[in-house]
Amino acid sequence: MTEDLYRIWVYLAASPLFALTATLVAYQAGMWLYEKSGRRPLVNPVLIAVLALVALLLATDTPYGDYFDGAQFVHFMLGPATVALAVPLYRQLRALRGAVAATATALIVGSLTAIASALGIAWALGGTVETLVSLAPKSVTTPIAMALSDRLGGLASLTAVAVIITGMVGAIAGGWLLDRFRITDQRARGLAIGVAAHGIGTARAFQVNETAGAFAGLAMGLNALATTLFFAAAVAWFG
Amino acid sequence: MLRYLTVLLVCQLVGETIVTGLELPIPGPVLGMAILFLALVLRRSETPGLDGFSRGLLQHLGLLFVPAGVGVVLHLQLLAEAWLPIAGALLFGTAVTIVVTGWLMQRLAGPASGKAAGR
Repeated sequence: MTEDLYRIWVYLAASPLFALTATLVAYQAGMWLYEKSGRRPLVNPVLIAVLALVALLLATDTPYGDYFDGAQFVHFMLGPATVALAVPLYRQLRALRGAVAATATALIVGSLTAIASALGIAWALGGTVETLVSLAPKSVTTPIAMALSDRLGGLASLTAVAVIITGMVGAIAGGWLLDRFRITDQRARGLAIGVAAHGIGTARAFQVNETAGAFAGLAMGLNALATTLFFAAAVAWFG
Repeated sequence: MLRYLTVLLVCQLVGETIVTGLELPIPGPVLGMAILFLALVLRRSETPGLDGFSRGLLQHLGLLFVPAGVGVVLHLQLLAEAWLPIAGALLFGTAVTIVVTGWLMQRLAGPASGKAAGR
């Protein structure tokens, strides 16, 4: 009996079906808990799914590479989802006309703040150069941050982790922080979350308020562009 | 639905091709986003189907980050060794960015018009 179960497990663990299904189930469970809690930011569905899957991999001694072979179908959708950000961008741009200069200024300052604060804090706390480079693009969406980190000699997979944790910090603490500093304008709230916490923050913003979500999506897309250009400029500058 | 997924993939493919061909420093999907945006601006018509499909995709954006996030298992060692600079940069760097960006935007943007002020 145990041997049969083991044989089934070996078969399942080797096929992409298991990792893919486990990812969807873990996320659904996270969403269920999130809804059940009355959408409390602390009960973040991405955090729950990641923790559950990490526990599963460690418990079953499954290498991450094997898991990713199946889960890459979900990961792949990040590309089309990034392209899809053009749609809320376009929808908001018509309502945005009066605030173009403000948005551009806040976006550029926010983008530079994200890079500089990560570098400054990690440096002050004794991070190595490799760690600094890996953390610098933490506020932009995963595929872009990984490419930027890789190009400058960082660890792309550490960057991926930093990006996810950043997103969860923004999604969990962002609303509370903005309340404390009396930032009530939904455009400003969305922009701040989108610049600092990319897609995970944007996902949370869309759930709270339509305007905030659209501005978060806008900020996420433009921040990807801005950060890429800053990195390209830094490479051209320092060689 | 298949139609809109195709639109997104075509934009991404064109973006990736241009980026690779011209060795541009920007990622392919971001150029794809710019291409789709330009197409929407030039067409100037409502695209309810694409709107709905994109909203559905972006509603579960969080899910798409899960596989990369599970990659944390690869770095448990490094995280344990360099937890202070990493945690400091992620927690305080993100908090500072949110407050600075939100504060500046609220100051510069002026009063929101009707709908945007809601809730």
